[in-house]
Amino acid sequence: MALDGTKDTAFKYVGTTPERPDGFDKVTGRARFGADMIAPGMLFGSIVRSPHAHARIVKIDTSKAEALDGVKAVVTRADFSSALECKPGMDGEIWNTLENVMAGEKALYDGHAIAAVAATSNLIARDAAKLIEVEYEILPHVTDVDLAMADDAPVIREGVTDYSVPKGMHPNVVRCHDQGHGDVEAGFAEADLVIEDHFTTEATHQGYIEPNACVATLGADGKGEVWCSTQGHWNVQKVCAALLDLETSQLRVTASEIGGGFGGKTTVFVEPVALALSRKANKPVKMVMTRAEVFRATGPTASTSMDVKIGMKKDGTITAAKGVFRLQGGAFPGAPCEFTAMCAFAPYNLANVHQTGYDVMSNRPKQAAYRAPGSPMAAFAVESVIDELCNQLGLDPIDVRLKNASHEGTRASYGPKFERIGLVETLEEAKAHPHYSAPLAEGQGRGVSCGFWFNHGGETSVSMAMSEDGSAQIMVGTPDIGGSRASMALMAAEVLGIPYDTIRCTIADTASLGYNEISHGSRVTYASGLAVIKSANAIVKELCRRAAAKWDIDADAVIWEDGYAKPSGPNAGDFEPLHIAEITATMGATGGPINGHFEATPEGAGVSFATHIVDAEVDKETGATKVVRYTVVQDAGKAIHPTYVEGQYQGGAAQGIGWALNEEYIYGEDGRLQNAGFLDYRIPVASDLPMIDTVIVEVPNPGHPFGVRGVGETSICPPLAAIANAVSAAAGVRMRNLPMSPPRILAALDAKSG
Amino acid sequence: MSKIHVTTKINGDTVEFLCDPRETVLDVLRDRLGLTGAKEGCGTGDCGACSVTLDGRLVCSCLVLGAEADGKEIGTVEGIAQGEDLHPLQEKFIEYAALQCGICTPGILVAAKSLLEKNPDPTEEQVRYWLAGNLCRCTGYDKIIRAVMDTAADLREAS
Repeated sequence: MALDGTKDTAFKYVGTTPERPDGFDKVTGRARFGADMIAPGMLFGSIVRSPHAHARIVKIDTSKAEALDGVKAVVTRADFSSALECKPGMDGEIWNTLENVMAGEKALYDGHAIAAVAATSNLIARDAAKLIEVEYEILPHVTDVDLAMADDAPVIREGVTDYSVPKGMHPNVVRCHDQGHGDVEAGFAEADLVIEDHFTTEATHQGYIEPNACVATLGADGKGEVWCSTQGHWNVQKVCAALLDLETSQLRVTASEIGGGFGGKTTVFVEPVALALSRKANKPVKMVMTRAEVFRATGPTASTSMDVKIGMKKDGTITAAKGVFRLQGGAFPGAPCEFTAMCAFAPYNLANVHQTGYDVMSNRPKQAAYRAPGSPMAAFAVESVIDELCNQLGLDPIDVRLKNASHEGTRASYGPKFERIGLVETLEEAKAHPHYSAPLAEGQGRGVSCGFWFNHGGETSVSMAMSEDGSAQIMVGTPDIGGSRASMALMAAEVLGIPYDTIRCTIADTASLGYNEISHGSRVTYASGLAVIKSANAIVKELCRRAAAKWDIDADAVIWEDGYAKPSGPNAGDFEPLHIAEITATMGATGGPINGHFEATPEGAGVSFATHIVDAEVDKETGATKVVRYTVVQDAGKAIHPTYVEGQYQGGAAQGIGWALNEEYIYGEDGRLQNAGFLDYRIPVASDLPMIDTVIVEVPNPGHPFGVRGVGETSICPPLAAIANAVSAAAGVRMRNLPMSPPRILAALDAKSG
Repeated sequence: MSKIHVTTKINGDTVEFLCDPRETVLDVLRDRLGLTGAKEGCGTGDCGACSVTLDGRLVCSCLVLGAEADGKEIGTVEGIAQGEDLHPLQEKFIEYAALQCGICTPGILVAAKSLLEKNPDPTEEQVRYWLAGNLCRCTGYDKIIRAVMDTAADLREAS
C-alpha cells in the first residue's frame, strides 16, 4: 500500500489510552459470548465422540437415542455434503474440515466426533448421546511424531501426500518445505565451533477460557443463521455452506464476543453440526463444548522433533545454520511446517542457511493455529543452540545477536529482502534495560531470546457512516480479540478530528459488510486499521466537498483540520470554518448520507521482532521452576493504544511460560488423551507468575499510514527459548525437551550427575 | 425425573425456580434465570469463571447443585454495580485494561471483591494466591493484580 504521508505527523488520538468500548459490558456481565445467546424454541446439541485413537466405524445405531422423550434429531456423516473430495496436502482442506467435525469411515483420534443429537434440554441431549451405540474395529495407532514417520507406522490415510515430499518417506509425511541459500557445509567449515542438537516440544492447547459455542438455525429452504464464538465469521459462513451444500450468501453469521481464541477459533467445530441438527429438527440448536471436548477435539498446536546445527566463529559471527523441523499436526495435513522452517533463522543475517520442515500426520486431533503458529518451537531450538555457542565461546548473548541481526536490506533466511525492521532496536533496548545488568540470586539463571513473526494483511472490508449529529460509526469484520474496537476508533478519530468517544466501532455480521478474512496473523490493527483510515479519508474528502459547495469554491481549496473544514489557498480566511456536525446536520439536503468504505487485500504488513529477558530459579530438590523476572521488548511499529499493546506482550509471554514449563498433551499407550482438563493440563495461574515488564519499540512499518505492525503473535515466539536458556543456566544442564516440568528437570540433573 | 422447588435470594431479590437434581447453580443461573454473567469455562471447578458467592462465601457455581441453594443467598457479577454506579473494582479493571477478552472477568471480579471484603490491605502475593483459582489466558495477570491492589488502596483511603 502506498504511504499516505501522514505517518510522521504528530498524533492527537493515536498513542493515547482511552477506555475500551466493550469494557462496561464485560465488567457487568452484560457482554454476550457464544454460550450466552438464547433463541426462541431452541434445542440443545451434544456430540458422541470416539474413545479410540484409530478405529473403523462398523455400525452406528441411533434408534435408542431417537426413541428418548425430548430428542428431536440425530445426525451422522450422512447428513453432511457428499460432494467434497479428499485431496493431497492443503488442497483437501474443506474435506479435511468436514472429516474432522464428523468422522466418515474411521475415527482418527480420541475425541473424534461420530454422531450428534439435539434435544429439548442439555441433560436430555447428553443422556441421548450415551444411548447412541457405535461398533468399532480398532486399528493400530500412532501419536508420536518420530514414530509416525518410522517405516512400520500405521498409515493414517493413503493418498494425501502432496508433490513436495521426497520419495521414499512414510505416507504419514504429507508436506515438505525445503529452502535455503549459500553453502552450509562450506559455512560450517569456516566456523570455530559447530553445535548440533536435538529438541522436542509437546502439543499445547490455545487454552481459551470460553469453550467453543454457537446457536444455529437452518431451514429446508436453505436459509440459515449462526451466532458463534469465532475469530472469523465469514470463514464460518464459507465453510459451513460448503459442508452442508448451501449457498454461501444464504447463511448469515454473527460473531459473538469471543472469550479468547489465540488461533484456536479460526476454524469450525460445532457450527456445522448445529446447523445439520437444526435443519433436521427445524428448530434452532445451541451447542456448547465441554472443557474435555475442547481439549480432545479442538486444535492444539503441533508437537515437534527438531535438529538444529549452527557454526560460529570465535568473534560470534554465525557462519552457517541448518535445521530440520518435524511437526505432528494430528490426523490431517496442515501442521505449519513451512512457518517453523521460515521463522527459524529469520532474526539472523546469514550467508549460508538451510531449513527443512515436514508436516506429519498422527492419531491426534487436527492441529489449529496457535499464536504465531510454528514459530515458537523453531525459536526454542535455534536460540538454544545460539545460547550454547555463546556459553562455550564466552560471548555475551545479546552482543552475539546484535552482531548477526537482520536489518533493512538483509536477505531473509526465507527469501525476500527485509524492509525497515526493528530487531536491532529491540536488542539495544534489551541490553540497556536494567533487567539485563541486575545481579542474579543463588540458584537463578538468565536467558535471552529473539523471536520473529511475519504478520499478515489479508482480505479486508470496512464501512464507516456519519450520523447527523457529527458522530461516526465504523463497521469492521474482524472479531475483536484484543481491544481492536478501541484501536479502530482511535485511528478514525485521528483522521476525522473528532473525539474518540463520539465513534462507535461494531463487528458487523456477514450480511452487513463485505468479506473479511479471519482475525489472525496479527492482521487486525494493521489491515482493518488501514481500511478504517482509508474509509475516514473518503469521508473527509466528501466533507470538504460539501463545505466547498456551500462556500461556492473549488473542493481542492478546502482543507480538513481537527474536525473542521477550512478554506485554504487564495480563499484562506474568507469563510468561518465549518465543524463536522454543521456539515452532517444538513447532509440529507446537500447530497445525501456521508459514508466511507474501503476494500482491499493490503500486503504491507511489516514483519515483527522481539527480544525477551527472563530470570528463572530452579529448585534442584524438587525440579520446580519459578520465573522470577520477565521483560518483553518488542517492535510495535506504532502503538495505537499502548496499554493494549502491552497486554498483548504480557499475554504472549504468559502463554510462553506455560508452554515452556507445564503445558503438554499427554497420551497413554492406548492413544487416549490423559489430561483433558485444566486440573491436569495446567496453564499458568496468578501465583505462578511475576509482573511482566514491557518495552514498546516503535520502528514504523512503511506499509501502514500510521506505521502499525501487528503485535499479537510475536510475543509468544521468544519465551520458550528465553526460559529454556534461563532454566539451563540455573540448573547447569541444557534443557532440550519441553515442557521443562519438574520430572524432566530432575531427570536432566540426574543424568548430568550420572 | 421430577424437579425440585428452590427458593433463594439472588443479588438481593427473592427468586424461585424448579431444577433437575443434576443441575448446578451455574446451570440454573444461566439456563433458567437468564443470568449469563457467570461463565462456564470448565464445569469442574478448575477455572473460576463461574465464581459466585453463596451466603457470602466464594464458590465455583459449577460445583454447587441448584438444589443446595435453597434458603441461601447468591451473589453474582450482575449484583456488583449499584444501579448505574460501577463498583471501584469494575472501574479500575476498565481503566487498567485488566481484561482483554473478558470471559474470566465476571469470576475474577466476584473473587476480588470477596478478597477485599475479607482483607482490605492484601499483599501482591496474597492477591495472586487468592486469584490462583481464576484462570485468565489473555493478560498474564499483571494488569489484574495491579487493578486489585490499586482498588484496595483507593478503598482504604476512602474509608
